[in-house]
Amino acid sequence: MAHSLVPVTPRWPGAAAAALVLVLTVGTLGAVAWRAEWVGGLAPADWAAVRFTLVQALLSALLSVLLAIPVARALARRSFYGRDLLITLLGAPFLLPVIVAVLGILAIFGRGGLLNDGLVWLGFQPVSIFGLHGVVLAHVFFNMPLAVRFILQGWLSIPAERFRLVASLNAPVGRLLEWPMLRSVVPSTFLVIFLICLTSFAVALTMGGGPRATTVELAIYQAVRFDFDLGRAALLACIQFGLCVVAAALAWGLTGNDPMGVGMDRVVQRWDLPRPVMDYAVITMAALFLLLPLGMIVVRGLPAFTDMPVTVWAAALRSLCVAIGSAALCVLMALALALRGGAMVSVVGVMPLAASGLVVGTGAFLIVFPFVRPADVALLVTMLVNATLALPFALRAIAPTVDQINQSYGRLGLALDMRGWTWLRWVVLPRLRRPLGFAAGLAAALSMGDLGVIALFAGQGQETLPLAMYRLMGAYRMETAASAALLLVVLSFALFWICDRWGRGRVEM
Amino acid sequence: MTDGGVGVLRCENLVLQQGAFSLRADVVFPRGEAVALIGPSGAGKSTLLAGLAGFLAPVSGRVIFDDVDVTDAEPGKRPISMLFQDNNLFPHLSAAQNVGLGLRPDLRLTVEQREQVTVALAEVGLAGLDDRRPAALSGGQQSRVALARVLVADRPVVLLDEPFSALGPALKDEMLDLVKSKLVAAGKTVVMVTHDPADARRIADMVALVDAGEVHAPVATDVLFNNPPAALRAYLG
Repeated sequence: MAHSLVPVTPRWPGAAAAALVLVLTVGTLGAVAWRAEWVGGLAPADWAAVRFTLVQALLSALLSVLLAIPVARALARRSFYGRDLLITLLGAPFLLPVIVAVLGILAIFGRGGLLNDGLVWLGFQPVSIFGLHGVVLAHVFFNMPLAVRFILQGWLSIPAERFRLVASLNAPVGRLLEWPMLRSVVPSTFLVIFLICLTSFAVALTMGGGPRATTVELAIYQAVRFDFDLGRAALLACIQFGLCVVAAALAWGLTGNDPMGVGMDRVVQRWDLPRPVMDYAVITMAALFLLLPLGMIVVRGLPAFTDMPVTVWAAALRSLCVAIGSAALCVLMALALALRGGAMVSVVGVMPLAASGLVVGTGAFLIVFPFVRPADVALLVTMLVNATLALPFALRAIAPTVDQINQSYGRLGLALDMRGWTWLRWVVLPRLRRPLGFAAGLAAALSMGDLGVIALFAGQGQETLPLAMYRLMGAYRMETAASAALLLVVLSFALFWICDRWGRGRVEM
Repeated sequence: MTDGGVGVLRCENLVLQQGAFSLRADVVFPRGEAVALIGPSGAGKSTLLAGLAGFLAPVSGRVIFDDVDVTDAEPGKRPISMLFQDNNLFPHLSAAQNVGLGLRPDLRLTVEQREQVTVALAEVGLAGLDDRRPAALSGGQQSRVALARVLVADRPVVLLDEPFSALGPALKDEMLDLVKSKLVAAGKTVVMVTHDPADARRIADMVALVDAGEVHAPVATDVLFNNPPAALRAYLG
């Protein structure tokens, strides 16, 4: 009889977590495929949605990467006061609620924003932000920082000795070192961003709309909410899933590196640098592009902060509950899966990457619709879906440490006859505290800012803070919306910070 | 299992396999004796300990303790304590907690058991250091904590897989003397892996040569070193 080389923990939690993920991904997809009305095929409007989805994702990814290259290069070779802070800030859009960023962008580029104020003052016609360029602009705002982090990591992974060698040969750095690096890093970065933009719903909802700027995700939402044409929504969801699977498979195959993990605090000594003016100009532009919209949220949101209607506070409370529940569930699932290990688990762990909130949401809607009023379970479904969609990130944070614990202490635990809860309580949980805190913070912040499933399900009584914000914007109550945005961003980052801080609480390991 | 009695540990036609390497053992470790396993790197010394401790399931053969077949028993259910090359302590637990695990893996200790832990720590020369984490102890002190755990666990067989190899020579000798005075003297059956004949001479009553995929029968230490067989001569140089 062969023994396990790690103390045995019950296998059912991992199986239960896997089952839940399967129900929410494959199960909802099954419901969608079953209900889809294949007969009529795609209407011209649906084709337009598919086209628009692809075009905007392509443009967004392309622009994000192109703009990120000079920024990453400047950050890689210049050292200046605040550089570390700026690089940390580049990680922030990942946690930033989409709807908040959209409001910030509108405050700069929208009607009545700073840009148009300036144009009008100069005697020009104001420009409209809505449509393709608005969607792309918002996506670039989100994804350019991500691209910078990916590419900066590529730059910093070139060993310092290479730069020295190239300098001593008086050879071109660009062709010998930087071009090969970019050729390996840029395609995967492009695909990851392409995938993110493919599933983006909140940006299309706020910046797009109309027949000429509707993504598939938005079309699903409209089919459910406005037309209540569930067959068509299901068909669109199938298409969206197909798009995502292809892009996710491509992206997953191409990416191995993890931009969150590696230190980016070093600046490689270089001998080929031109004068720094261009680099600092690029860095300043990028920083302004990121910080100005956020600054505008504070400027516009602060004055009316205390006058917010009680409905906004109620929505905030609901969001907090959903976020905390979702984070707890997500971390529990990730822990159960990581402890179980094995190939099946790694497949289950990445499956949500190919799912999109609206596809899962539509499936969940179809499943619950015959039994209960969707609005009654809006918060519960949102919590479940959020936990599942954050699972790949949580698993990626937790699983390596679980493996390491098993490798280092598995035999000792076995020899001491530690098992099950005893092993978890005395060894796994204490040693896993840091990644657990990080994963919980990530899941909570992502759930807090999510505007996806909830838009599909919620009636008046169940709106979360992002949805409340969206409705305020729809009613052109921009001051109040900005205050709600400020509250939302503070709560999101506070949740992340508290969880992450808890994880770092115990210093000695 | 933890009655503190002495025991005889027997490998019956035991065949252990790790990858392409296989090891045969058909030996008896007599009760209450300290046996050193000696032989070249990769000869299978650690493989044998893994098989005895239950970390490696044998291809065939049996492990028998006091006439009870323990071949299929889980590692924690065997009458065996083991010290590994490293990671013998949990870094996030205090010295007392690390020792307490030898009494109850879930650390629900009675007052008497807590007292027992404190006494064991004092016995290995760590009086008053109960609350220290391993990081706040020296390498030698960490080894002593692990040894204190073996003491309180009080299992009849103790396997040592070179747990002191990271210590300096003087400290290592100190630890070996402690093993001798606390474990061998208490009648435990001790099986230890070593590269160094001096270690074997220091505490082992018998030495078993492990060479070319085979565990030879233990022979009295003096006898073996005074008249080494060819394989041992080749190893000793």
